[in-house]
Amino acid sequence: MPFGQGRSGGRGKSGDKKTGDKKGGERRPMFRRRKVCKFCADKIDDINYKDVKLLGPFVPERGKILPRRISGTCAMHQRKLQLALKRARQIALIPYVTD
Amino acid sequence: MADRQYELVYILPPDTTEQQVADLHEQVGQVVSRMHGQIEKNENWGRRRLAYEIGHHKEGVYVLDVINGSGELMKELDRRLKVMDQVIRHMVVRVDEEKKVIDRTRTKRQSESERRRVKRGLPPQRQPGEGRSQMDMDDDDDRFDAGEV
Repeated sequence: MPFGQGRSGGRGKSGDKKTGDKKGGERRPMFRRRKVCKFCADKIDDINYKDVKLLGPFVPERGKILPRRISGTCAMHQRKLQLALKRARQIALIPYVTD
Repeated sequence: MADRQYELVYILPPDTTEQQVADLHEQVGQVVSRMHGQIEKNENWGRRRLAYEIGHHKEGVYVLDVINGSGELMKELDRRLKVMDQVIRHMVVRVDEEKKVIDRTRTKRQSESERRRVKRGLPPQRQPGEGRSQMDMDDDDDRFDAGEV
């Protein structure tokens, strides 16, 4: 909590709001699917920039790289994925932006 | 010094003929052999849609070369491809070290699983029909987590 307060500076109100949200989350019997790193689970060693089928799900509509917090990819594989996606972008296999 | 391995991908305009592709491959081959390298693999992916337009082209012919050679060779090749106007995009990537790492992790995983299987009194290789089928594997992911993200 002190982290959040430090960020919001003098505005204590936002901090209060956050706590409220958390309570709401606990009350709801929300079941979330546990996120697992796809590459660890499927034992994919090679994240290659040429493999568009593999990379495709990590590029949402807008063309941005899907963040780890959503995809559940582990840190090591996200790093490798990032490199592969950037290479694939260079040779126009994957868009930089789409609007 | 041992040669390094590089991958060269280049894109040609969609109206390029087979002959022109072959010509360009010949030119690349000449540079490679002059600088004491060798082409290990040549792959033509054919016409593909580009994810974004490059110089008003919406499609392109992709060609991949796997080349063993020195850094100077790739520098020269890169320079030449930059100058050529029939190549609309190219990219050089060094791959040997990554390949080594991939091989190492793969063999490590293999030997580790064999070691574990032997410990359990099983033959080191997985037998056909053993374990869960692909369908069951899918259900494996459906572990649920309550509450917190």
